Amino acid sequence: MSVHSADEVKRHVRTYLMVFAALAILTVITVAISTVHLPSHRAIALALVVAVIKAALVALFFMHLASERRIIYATLALCAVFLAALLFGPILTEHEFIHWANTQPRGGAHVS
Amino acid sequence: MSADAIPYTVKPHPVTGVPNPKFGIWLFLASEVMLFGALFSSYVLLRVTADSWPHGYDAGRLNWKLAALNTIVLITSSVTMVMAWASLMLHDLRKGRIYLLLTFLLAGVFLVVKYFEYGAKFEHHIYPATDPFFAVYFTLTGLHGLHVVGGMIAIGYLMGPGARLWRTDPEHYANRVECTGLYWHFVDLVWIFLFPMLYLI
Repeated sequence: MSVHSADEVKRHVRTYLMVFAALAILTVITVAISTVHLPSHRAIALALVVAVIKAALVALFFMHLASERRIIYATLALCAVFLAALLFGPILTEHEFIHWANTQPRGGAHVS
Repeated sequence: MSADAIPYTVKPHPVTGVPNPKFGIWLFLASEVMLFGALFSSYVLLRVTADSWPHGYDAGRLNWKLAALNTIVLITSSVTMVMAWASLMLHDLRKGRIYLLLTFLLAGVFLVVKYFEYGAKFEHHIYPATDPFFAVYFTLTGLHGLHVVGGMIAIGYLMGPGARLWRTDPEHYANRVECTGLYWHFVDLVWIFLFPMLYLI
């Protein structure tokens, strides 16, 4: 905020450029992985791992979450709980249907 | 500043320890996580219950090369956005505005690329109603694109008429740029997930 000294800001700038390089490299990596066409579940897991690392870099350094106030962390922790409910709630409640759907004989060619 | 202006725009609020606008933008971003989270969740549920689900890179689906280019464009725009804030911290308004302009232009490049991607789909008569894959694709990228437009409006204001605030209250102006930056990085962050989810897996 208002209390940054010039030296501090310059150090920040160096960090930003390093994060930028890391993000660019990770983008290349995630594209490279996808060209190998791994089995679906492995490809999805790897792509998500890389995406989470990239997102963490953006949040920690560009959004300054590495050094933020407790109230912001508390807000995000609450947000994470609801996000988890949102992501896993439907899958868990639909678990039986998903299992049933996946064990049905595949019906002909799907629209592609 | 009039008496009814938002209090604690520059100084941290004694209770939260952060200026009010910053806390406000984080609460807003938390609600944005819910918005995109619900759509991500729908995508996952549609995909795991589908008979089969195409890969984004399959022939006749999506152009992952354009999307990879757009990923780099958005990442770069995030850097120019923090550089705008860092320039203001070094009391350099001119540089700050140049970085805001660069961010604005990069956002424009992103939308132009998106326009060509959408155009190519429509040309082949591919619409959201075509199949579940494209329904998910158009919903998520469309909503994300609207966020990019919103960011351009905010950034455009800050580098244009909004920059007048610098003369009367530079700290307040720098905080506005910081808060807009938080939003902008979030838009970048959403794309970081959209790109692999739609194009690569």
